[in-house]
Amino acid sequence: MSEAVKEVPKKVRREYRNIHIVDIGHYRQPPSAIVSILHRISGAGLFLMLPFLLYLLQLSLRSEQSFMQFKGVIDHVPVKILLLIISWGYLHHFCAGIRHLFMDNHFALDKDGASTTAKAVLILSLLLTVAVGLKLFGVF
Amino acid sequence: MANKENIGQNRLVVGAHYGIKDWLIQRLTGIVMAVYTVVLLVYFLSGQNFSYEGWAAMFAQQWFKLLSAATFFGLLYHAWVGMRDISMDYCKNVGLRLVLQVLFVLWLLISAVYAVQIFWSV
Repeated sequence: MSEAVKEVPKKVRREYRNIHIVDIGHYRQPPSAIVSILHRISGAGLFLMLPFLLYLLQLSLRSEQSFMQFKGVIDHVPVKILLLIISWGYLHHFCAGIRHLFMDNHFALDKDGASTTAKAVLILSLLLTVAVGLKLFGVF
Repeated sequence: MANKENIGQNRLVVGAHYGIKDWLIQRLTGIVMAVYTVVLLVYFLSGQNFSYEGWAAMFAQQWFKLLSAATFFGLLYHAWVGMRDISMDYCKNVGLRLVLQVLFVLWLLISAVYAVQIFWSV
């Protein structure tokens, strides 16, 4: 009997491990995960940009001359692009935050609903950024 | 908290519930900033030929200064909760985390003083 037991080949079991940081690229993230990590990245980015944005606000408010200086600074295309990126981060953070408020009130908590609202956040924040960008580059 | 969750008189075994206040303030400050954002966004998207007079006149009113400052202090707390969360999630070294959190607080406090100076300079 003991011999029979020995002959049974050992089953190869699949190992399930936690996702490691280097695996992240191999996973197809659901829309909610993308919104979530972008919410975090945009929040940290806005935190870091705070003094720069306050400096621009100060230029725009201090005096007539500094206002002209402000206009000169934001007239540079690289500055405009930086401001556009910051605007996207802000608007994404804004839309994702409002989605949080809906979820706090138990709205769209299921898988499909959360996916739909996540896509809405991504699209709406991009549309708002396009509007800000067109205004920033003087289209309307 | 419900008594059945306690061991003995006071000790909770299902989380300390320290986070609920921060969670709530995160929401309330978020709502304040969202309202402020909508006001400024509509102003920006609907305005034409921005002049110093128009822009500064808005910030020169006392109620707008107070609203701006209140919104900024909301931002201060909101950003603190968010950045503290990030540091707790990714920085496992206690000493480094403490240094980071001190830097976050200094960064935000300096920004807040700077913001108040800007709002009351108009």
